[in-house]
Amino acid sequence: MAKVTIERIPSVVKPLSVRQTEERLAYLFIAPWVIGFTIFTAGAMLFSLYISMNDTDLLSTSEFVGLGNFAKTFQEKLFYKSLGVTFTYTMMVVPIGTLVALAIAMLLNQKVEPIALWRTIYYLPAVVSGVAVALLWGWVLNPEFGLVNQGLRLIGIQGPRWFASEEWAIPGVVLIAVWGTGTNMLLYLAGLQAVPTELQEAARIDGANAWQVFRNVTLPLITPTIFFNVVTNIIASFQVFTTAYVLTQGGPNNATLTMVLYLYRESFQLFHFGYASALAWMLFAIILVFTMVLLRSSSFWVHYEGGLRR
Amino acid sequence: MTGLPDTALSASKSAQLIAGPAIGSGLLATKTSTVAPYFARKRRIRLGHVVSRIILYALVLTGAVTYAMPFAWMLSTAVKPGYQVYLVPPVWLPDKYDWSNFWVPWNNLPFAQFYANTTIVTFFTVTGTLCSSSLVAFAFARMRFRGRDRLFLLVLSTMMLPNQVTLVPLYLLFTKLGWINSLLPLIVPHWFGSAFHIFLLRQYMMSTPLELDDAARIDGASWFDIYWRISIPLARPAIGVVSIFAFTGAWNDYLYPLIYLNETKNFTIALGLPLLSSRYVTEIQQTMAQTVLAILPLILAFFLAQRYYIQGVVVTGVKG
Repeated sequence: MAKVTIERIPSVVKPLSVRQTEERLAYLFIAPWVIGFTIFTAGAMLFSLYISMNDTDLLSTSEFVGLGNFAKTFQEKLFYKSLGVTFTYTMMVVPIGTLVALAIAMLLNQKVEPIALWRTIYYLPAVVSGVAVALLWGWVLNPEFGLVNQGLRLIGIQGPRWFASEEWAIPGVVLIAVWGTGTNMLLYLAGLQAVPTELQEAARIDGANAWQVFRNVTLPLITPTIFFNVVTNIIASFQVFTTAYVLTQGGPNNATLTMVLYLYRESFQLFHFGYASALAWMLFAIILVFTMVLLRSSSFWVHYEGGLRR
Repeated sequence: MTGLPDTALSASKSAQLIAGPAIGSGLLATKTSTVAPYFARKRRIRLGHVVSRIILYALVLTGAVTYAMPFAWMLSTAVKPGYQVYLVPPVWLPDKYDWSNFWVPWNNLPFAQFYANTTIVTFFTVTGTLCSSSLVAFAFARMRFRGRDRLFLLVLSTMMLPNQVTLVPLYLLFTKLGWINSLLPLIVPHWFGSAFHIFLLRQYMMSTPLELDDAARIDGASWFDIYWRISIPLARPAIGVVSIFAFTGAWNDYLYPLIYLNETKNFTIALGLPLLSSRYVTEIQQTMAQTVLAILPLILAFFLAQRYYIQGVVVTGVKG
């Protein structure tokens, strides 16, 4: 319909020029993005690739080292440390975050009034991210006087030292991230609300119990949402920085040295810009591989109603 | 509706209401419904319903209290005098309220300057994002030009790039331009459109019929008129979502200010806030009071534009 009307216009007014002005104007309109992309994305990426092949502090010295910086990453103990920290964090935060967000969404999907109030309370932490949250949780998780350890003391448990201990610093960062899982929760809620109740009803009439209805009807229908959340969460958790940096600067003893923190330290504190650029590309590659693997895996467990599944 | 079951509801309706994993009793009621007499059936459903609703509300409430507790703890600490802060067991309401926590740190650190800087960055980030992204999105959504679809794919693909890769080159670029230690590097890139916001606006602008543009064209409207007088007003919800996301993103941003700003007078609030707990003797009640102030605009924005937030998150799946 729309197309027919469009085709008609040129015949009304001067055919060629109208089309040409449209095209020229369109290029003018998208010019900001084209310029921005050329400089801030494509140009920057090419330059980053170039820097990564040099040993440079960008001021005095610069020496071409080819893939030397990439080879160097594999010899650096701290690189493996940061890889380990990032993986540990991801392995903890993604499953826990998914479970918590899904659980809250399922509770809220039971028509608990006033839904707007509950939704706001659970979502609010996600609005306030970054430094403020880090400072707030630094105090909540204070080993002596923090809310959590004081609470644990009430039930006779000596709480961990959180950001002052090597084992508990990352779980602390995970806890903060899970608290801010509101975005996922909203998405699961939307996904659950889109599940047609007739299907669940039908299963129940056929004698399925509550767990079976959830396992065989609801869960498959929200796998696209789960998939989306897991992918975006993994990408985000590979790039975690602010909480770890504000609270611990990567310590104690590099226990919270995430990959981006390592990258930041190498570039903006030690001025190893070449090596840091190589690190950035490694991070990019890792994220890309994980995303690809997940995309590939999706055909085995993600159920699309349209029937993409084979 | 309250937590109590509405007696007027039919059996199947109330079973549907309590659909979910925690409810075995409601299920039982549905199963027996074919044999049990009408009134007995109704009674059993109501009892099961009430019990399951109580459990449900208890769970939701417990979770909500847990989620709200850190905020409450922050507020409580923010109004305490120093000697009430480090108490075991803690007190939630201090015996004396100390409001000076909110203004004393302003004597030691230029908080007014921090807020001025943050406001400037946030304002120009939001306006820049809106101006550029909406124009680009309009062209992609409503106009015809060669290479449009391929270019749009390029826009989408840039959303997946981790910005760590461009961190160093951009730093170098802004050093060469002499922009380091100014607010420009935080603002200027946003005037060139952001892929995510272009995508969001484009999707929304696509949803209005093309005949609208044609009618306007026939009436002699220019493409810019169509953009400014038709597409923008019609895309107001999407504009709202983009503004909110851009606002939160700019206000919360930490990594870029950390890299580009190195003099205290240029700091944004995200950089200024941690100074309280590092450079000076940590007075946690003051840090908490300042944190409350720093998140106040975000909370306000959220409550004023809650609809946009929720919509935006659900539609795009991403937080700004």
